[in-house]
Amino acid sequence: MAVDSTAQTELLTLRRIEKRFPGMIALDGVNFTLKAGEIHALMGENGAGKSTLIKVLTGVLPLDGGEILLDGQAICPASTFAAAHLGIRTVYQEINLATNLSVAENVCLGQFDARRVGLDWKGMIRLGEESVAKLGLELDVRRPLSDFSVAIQQMIAIARAIAVTPKVLILDEPTSSLDSAEVDQVFRVMRKLKDLGLGIVFVSHFLDQIYAVSDRITVLRNGKLVATSPISEMGPQDLVRHMIGHSPSEETPIEREPTASSVKPEPIIRAKSLSRRMSVDSVDLSVGPGEVLGLAGLLGSGRTETLRLLFGVDAKDGGDLEFNGKPLTRWNCRKAIRAGMGFCTEDRKVSGIIPELSVRENILLVLQARRGILGPLPKRQQQELALQLVKKLRIATTDVEKPIQFLSGGNQQKCLLARWLVIEPKLLLLDEPTRGIDVGAKAEILQLIVELRKQGMALIIADSELSELLRVCTSTAVMRDRKILQTLPTSELTEERVMALMAEGNV
Amino acid sequence: MKRIPPNLVAPLCILAAILLFDLFFSPGFFHLAFINGRLQGSLVDILNRAAPVQILSVGMTLVIATGGVDLSVGAVMSISGTVAALLLSRAEASNAKASVPQVIGLAMGAALVCGIWNGILVTFVDLQPIVATLLLMVAGRGLAQLLSDGQIITFSSPDYGNVARGATFIVPNPVWIAIGFGLVVAALMRRTSLGLFLEAAGGNAVASRLSGIDVRWIKFAAYALCGLGAGIAGIIVSADIKAADANNAGLYLELDAILAVAIGGTSLRGGRFSLIGSAIGAILMQALTTTILSRGVPPAATLVLKAAVVVGVCLFQSARFTEWQASRRSQTS
Amino acid sequence: MKRFLSKENLPVMATVLVCVLLYLGAGLKFPGFFSTRVPMNLLSDNAFLGVVAVGLTFVILSGGIDLSVGSLVGLSGILIAHLTTHAGWHPALAIGATLLVGITVGWVQGVLIAKFEIAPFLATLGGLFFCRGVALWISQESITIEHPFFKQLALFTIPVSGGASVTVGTLAFLVVVTIAIWMGRHTLFGRTVYAIGGNKASAKLMGLEVDKTLLSVYALSGFCSALGGVLYSIYTSSGNAVAGTGMELDAIAAVVIGGTLLSGGYGSVFGSFVGVLILGIIQTGISYQGTLSSWWTRIAIGILLLVFMLLQRGLVRLSGASKNSSG
Repeated sequence: MAVDSTAQTELLTLRRIEKRFPGMIALDGVNFTLKAGEIHALMGENGAGKSTLIKVLTGVLPLDGGEILLDGQAICPASTFAAAHLGIRTVYQEINLATNLSVAENVCLGQFDARRVGLDWKGMIRLGEESVAKLGLELDVRRPLSDFSVAIQQMIAIARAIAVTPKVLILDEPTSSLDSAEVDQVFRVMRKLKDLGLGIVFVSHFLDQIYAVSDRITVLRNGKLVATSPISEMGPQDLVRHMIGHSPSEETPIEREPTASSVKPEPIIRAKSLSRRMSVDSVDLSVGPGEVLGLAGLLGSGRTETLRLLFGVDAKDGGDLEFNGKPLTRWNCRKAIRAGMGFCTEDRKVSGIIPELSVRENILLVLQARRGILGPLPKRQQQELALQLVKKLRIATTDVEKPIQFLSGGNQQKCLLARWLVIEPKLLLLDEPTRGIDVGAKAEILQLIVELRKQGMALIIADSELSELLRVCTSTAVMRDRKILQTLPTSELTEERVMALMAEGNV
Repeated sequence: MKRIPPNLVAPLCILAAILLFDLFFSPGFFHLAFINGRLQGSLVDILNRAAPVQILSVGMTLVIATGGVDLSVGAVMSISGTVAALLLSRAEASNAKASVPQVIGLAMGAALVCGIWNGILVTFVDLQPIVATLLLMVAGRGLAQLLSDGQIITFSSPDYGNVARGATFIVPNPVWIAIGFGLVVAALMRRTSLGLFLEAAGGNAVASRLSGIDVRWIKFAAYALCGLGAGIAGIIVSADIKAADANNAGLYLELDAILAVAIGGTSLRGGRFSLIGSAIGAILMQALTTTILSRGVPPAATLVLKAAVVVGVCLFQSARFTEWQASRRSQTS
Repeated sequence: MKRFLSKENLPVMATVLVCVLLYLGAGLKFPGFFSTRVPMNLLSDNAFLGVVAVGLTFVILSGGIDLSVGSLVGLSGILIAHLTTHAGWHPALAIGATLLVGITVGWVQGVLIAKFEIAPFLATLGGLFFCRGVALWISQESITIEHPFFKQLALFTIPVSGGASVTVGTLAFLVVVTIAIWMGRHTLFGRTVYAIGGNKASAKLMGLEVDKTLLSVYALSGFCSALGGVLYSIYTSSGNAVAGTGMELDAIAAVVIGGTLLSGGYGSVFGSFVGVLILGIIQTGISYQGTLSSWWTRIAIGILLLVFMLLQRGLVRLSGASKNSSG
């Protein structure tokens, strides 16, 4: 049922929303409107502010400025429950339901005031069936949620959200872990709800998904509103440019590296149709000494997953991998390190630093692990080595014995780089090496990458900052939908061209 | 002069306070006598009696550093004590002289097997530590009783009894054994990379795996060592009473050991550990018990006190409690 | 039928099967098992353990553990004996007071666990020390209860055919189990416990009262342990401070053998009921055997525990694998 756009009422209005965290402005005067019966895509890379916006809207975080109007009334939800009570419901990527309980319970529990002593099972089952039927699903609501696929679970989460008079439905990356048939199922449900008059905020990294269901797009970047327009007026290229395009203010003082010599060196690592279900689809790449391969792509394009496969964190389930000309079987991290690889992960806190241990211990961890239990370095040598690296990478700490958790993000990141440089790897994998650190440290890390390349190290870097990639990489592979679309020497690439590839899949 | 590590400040202060209390209120507490070639007195007594828990707590520290816990150490103590007593009493029954080192070796071997069993269940079968070690906690005493046929096995071997009752260089043997075990484990941890890997694995298992540490074997080693320590503690206890009581040897000592570790400043969530802290924790608790007993308070009170210490230490480590206190303070001000 | 044999029911079905096989096996060896007397005795001899296990089931379903149950049984017994015999209270009043003490001890542990996020095994470890200490403080000697009302309770029976009879313990056990089964399945409290055990964070996001429910869970476990102590004192007509030593392990074993996942979220009160019966059959069988000593009970329980844990582990892995392949 097509509704004339002028007839659509403004359901939700956010005006000049401000949100500050210590040391940063997460939302800077953001305006956002949602009409009844529309699907509005909210786009932005990591740190753009979209999750903060959702949190403010759903009462997880308090506002620092601005106002939220729902149906013309100013609201100020103090918690997710308050927001839900007002009719603003959220469904997240991770399914926040009790998978050990039945579908009916997952739809009903905690949603209604239970005044009776016992539960009204018959009523729950009826209500569960009704809500599920509203989405066009037919299933036994008495079965536990864990019996169903992730897609169905996702839709039951939606069923729960709409069981009590919703007005606004926020879908935060609901499709990230679904395959294409399942995504279609979710889309059918979304369209159905839209026809019922709900306003839907849709967050996804996948451009084609955005274009398949959305009516309007709003792009955030660095906490600011970049653009809002109907889907027909913002093509994929514009969208990508809005999301990650170069802006002069972020320029860091580094010259763009010329492409390395035209003689192609013997590759250190070579992957042929490397695959893993739901994460990487038939990736080919090869990198030799003195080369830096950049992996460009939006979130969820398979960058991190590719690095994890190369390092043996996850097992591949298809394709071949060669390191120094030798085929690799039963690959794992320990073998990768012994062969001469290093891997700096994207999430420092979760998989990088060991917070309680000292800077020295963190820096020397990989070396010590490689030397084995019986080969510890003498303390004095450890301190010298650690100090040497602290100086070389200009890590700002007075004391290598200080626990690493007390260092700033940039210095922690340098320590993690140091951890790998100690073992002088032949191939270094870097996942978002400059995320969440200050501009000065960024420039230093980029400079370091260039130096390492000149010394003959091979590097593969996944980075969402295109300008950074183009400055330090000798060639760049553009990824989209878990595949490498094209690998080109950086000299032939411009940001525009990469963005076009990321947006359209062809040039 | 090196500074005292921050984790030791609180336990040392409490220990000092207890001793200060004794100085004023327990006459003769600090009296040391020299009888039959050995030191005697309350202070020596405290160290002597603290030895088994001290040894347990050293092993327990390693397990807790990996983020786990070993509930079976008490049962393992009874197994090792029973094995030793059984070998000795059998030999005595046939009028043969059992070789004490051999007996001790076998008893420790049995305990090591128990530790390895726990290690396998936790690391390779992937059971939660509480669950995996609960198993041996339940069945371990049954096994010990099976070996001893449900009897309290007594023996008379003076050489074996000497392990707990004798003294070397005027200090009781258990004190030496506790110090020795502590030093050996400390050397194993700090002279090799094992300690670093343990702390890394307990602090951030994902990062450790990505750094090339074989987290599973590290955890496994911690459980095996913990079992071995429990075996030594079991030997001391059985030598002390010249008997093995499968039902009561080491009963609730797993809890004392966990407590000693917590008091010593090792986080129960894993990561950084302090062996010396755990040893001090064990001594502190024994000092407290001895003090209470010497005041004529019923021994049951020590249990209540231990409960208070458990809760106090946990609250001290609980982030939520700190928040709560802070919020109350801000409300009242 | 398909629902009946679903993955979730598999552990409980295995438990029932083990129970039936054990009973049949024991019955074939010792024909006395097939009289009505043995089953009735099974119920009355294990009533206190059963009641404790029911309370513990909710704790374990919520993903926690309660190590204090055994010593709370001891404390309750000695408290009743002390209050009636030494302080001259009427037993009914003493029982009421004891149940209140049980609830309070459980509630305090619940506060530590729910509000201050202290690991359940540590908080209840404190409870274990505390209860045993207080119990021993009250009296180290066993105290006999002579009050006529108490005697009546102890001697009260409803005869059933074949010389068997239903005692107060049996009645209380069956009533508690019935109410608990209903609570687990048909109350918001029960379902919230399951939800917490499945995923605490999700339960919070679903708007369920997680903290309050956890508090209630430990208070309930405290109540059940105190009731277990009451039954124990009726059963033995006395109070003993060291009663229930190690009972926490038997209770945990009964719950796990009953098919409740120690990580929480899956299981049932009914399973624990059957688990208690299994422990009882093993114990009775071993005592009938005569040549097998009592410690075989512990070992048998240990082995059963291991088997059931491995079974659970296997099921968890299996369901994890099936999810990956379907996701």
